[in-house]
Amino acid sequence: MTANKSEALGTFVIAPSELGSLISALREDGYEVIGPKLADGAIVHEPLESADDLPVGYDDEQEGGTYRVAKNGANTYFDYVVGPHSWKRYLFPPDQQLCQMRRQGKTFRLIETKQEIPRYAFFGVRSCDLHAMQVQDKVFDNGEFADPGYMERRKAAFVVVVNCLRPAATCFCASMDTGPRATGGYDLALTELASKGRHEFLVEVGSSRGEEIFAKVSGRPATEADQSAPETASAKAANAMKREMVPDVQALLKRNLEHRRWDDVAKRCLTCANCTLVCPTCFCTTVEDYTDLTGSTAERRRRWDSCFTMDFSYVHGGSVRRETYARYRQWMTHKLSSWFDQFDVSGCVGCGRCITWCPVGIDITEEARAIRDSEGSR
Amino acid sequence: MPAPKKPKLAVWKFSSCDGCQLQLLCCEDELLQVADAVEIAYFLEATRAQVRGPYDISLVEGSVSTPEEAERIRKIRRQSKILISIGACATAGGIQALRNFKDVDGFINAVYAHPEYIETLATSTAIRDHVDIDFELRGCPIDKGQLLEALSALLNGRRPNVPTHSQCVECKLMGTVCVMVAHGTPCMGPVTQAGCGNLCPSFNRGCYNCFGPKETPNTASLSAWFAKLGMDQRSIKHFYRSFNTNAPAFRRESEAHDKT
Repeated sequence: MTANKSEALGTFVIAPSELGSLISALREDGYEVIGPKLADGAIVHEPLESADDLPVGYDDEQEGGTYRVAKNGANTYFDYVVGPHSWKRYLFPPDQQLCQMRRQGKTFRLIETKQEIPRYAFFGVRSCDLHAMQVQDKVFDNGEFADPGYMERRKAAFVVVVNCLRPAATCFCASMDTGPRATGGYDLALTELASKGRHEFLVEVGSSRGEEIFAKVSGRPATEADQSAPETASAKAANAMKREMVPDVQALLKRNLEHRRWDDVAKRCLTCANCTLVCPTCFCTTVEDYTDLTGSTAERRRRWDSCFTMDFSYVHGGSVRRETYARYRQWMTHKLSSWFDQFDVSGCVGCGRCITWCPVGIDITEEARAIRDSEGSR
Repeated sequence: MPAPKKPKLAVWKFSSCDGCQLQLLCCEDELLQVADAVEIAYFLEATRAQVRGPYDISLVEGSVSTPEEAERIRKIRRQSKILISIGACATAGGIQALRNFKDVDGFINAVYAHPEYIETLATSTAIRDHVDIDFELRGCPIDKGQLLEALSALLNGRRPNVPTHSQCVECKLMGTVCVMVAHGTPCMGPVTQAGCGNLCPSFNRGCYNCFGPKETPNTASLSAWFAKLGMDQRSIKHFYRSFNTNAPAFRRESEAHDKT
């Protein structure tokens, strides 16, 4: 884990073939490299063995409820943006055993299981997702109720950022101030420079750990012209962004807890929970106890849950949020408004996954805009 | 001191294919544990030996589709402390509930040489429609992991971990790429209860609702999206007319697309 804003410890230019050296250097240092891979018609996050695993020449088209990957005829590595997986799968696994017990007469004994902390190198982290990690840091690294497993995994993780050069139609990071360019908090940041016959990567070194790994990669120091490339490219990407979150959404939603738009969205919302599970910051879980048939061993597991399930708000007497509007409102107001009160930051980073992966294409930016445009006109 | 008596387990069959009770025999590795934990008192698919009631746990497979079955389920309920209906037939009426949308006498006259020998009800219905039940396991067939979980929970006096949320949750937990969003394949996952271990989507197929409606299913919204994906009204209707066609949410939705 490195500080949010950091001075680059050097800027270099490498050839595309050196991506392989970088992956090898990470693997030789004991990291499990997780990065983009093409699988089942999507760019997912999977373990990488070499640069050959990276999808070359692919674009993604995203809209509400639609995602398609297609070859774009180029030889570029990172034209697509974020896919169905977020990095929380690795830092905050979907299903985890918390403890295991064995019956001993009338009492029970805790079975000690020491889990090894994986050393992940996340390869190809986009700026929005880096911000999402920093949001989850606030959630899990919180003093009294900290999650030590998360913190250890996060501390051990090496982050290789890729700056986005184009947005998907569902992206809105520029309006959330979380991208498209990463300004710190990484070990290495790559910007793909591919135009007019040129194909190179600008590498910004963001930590001493990044410096050590990058020492095993060959490149040349960047010129001043090279160094301005990420800024220029990300400004272009930001300008091309079609969606944006309405300004002051935090206060807007607080003023509109009773608005007819909640009933409108409830007609479309499936309460299927997809938005929360693809969201890189959503952190809710349920804890389940299991026994074997004889009751001689038991285990407690923690798995991802969602504020869209009935069980989530179940208390004595029933679920608190039975109606769909109440569940959608809970999610959206938490993400965009009460998250600030709780964690001093927005719970939304503008990655657009909830828009793309909603099976019926509900668009959080559109819902916010609809509330703003009809405020006070119930 | 004699060993504590083991709970008596009975497995009953109504109108069904036997596939759900077969899941108990399919437990293989855990079957001996089950036999250790309970006394198998009535399970004709496994043994001819029968122990008289009452029973501690009754697993009921199949739907009620004859007058005899409507009578027999009441007797079984009276003899059972805990009654669990298992599978799409027992929990929704099964595929045979397709008859509920048509004139059953018409079928009988068309199919049988001697219609007068056939004694049947006009509808095929869930066990819950006839007697109170204590728990239900969905699926066509049920998932053996859920069956073992329900039995373990009952035997140990805890709540079974059998969620009623959408199939989508299982896909997302396992990292399966959404077949509807990424491929445009119509998928019932968003209105279907989880439990199968996300079998079809992990083979790039859409879910076809073996586990019946999830809690608070919004079928109208999903159907509108199916239409956007290019499905016609008839195909949408048929999508809801399968193993769980008589589950109220699916029945209503199929009727909304029934223009013929």
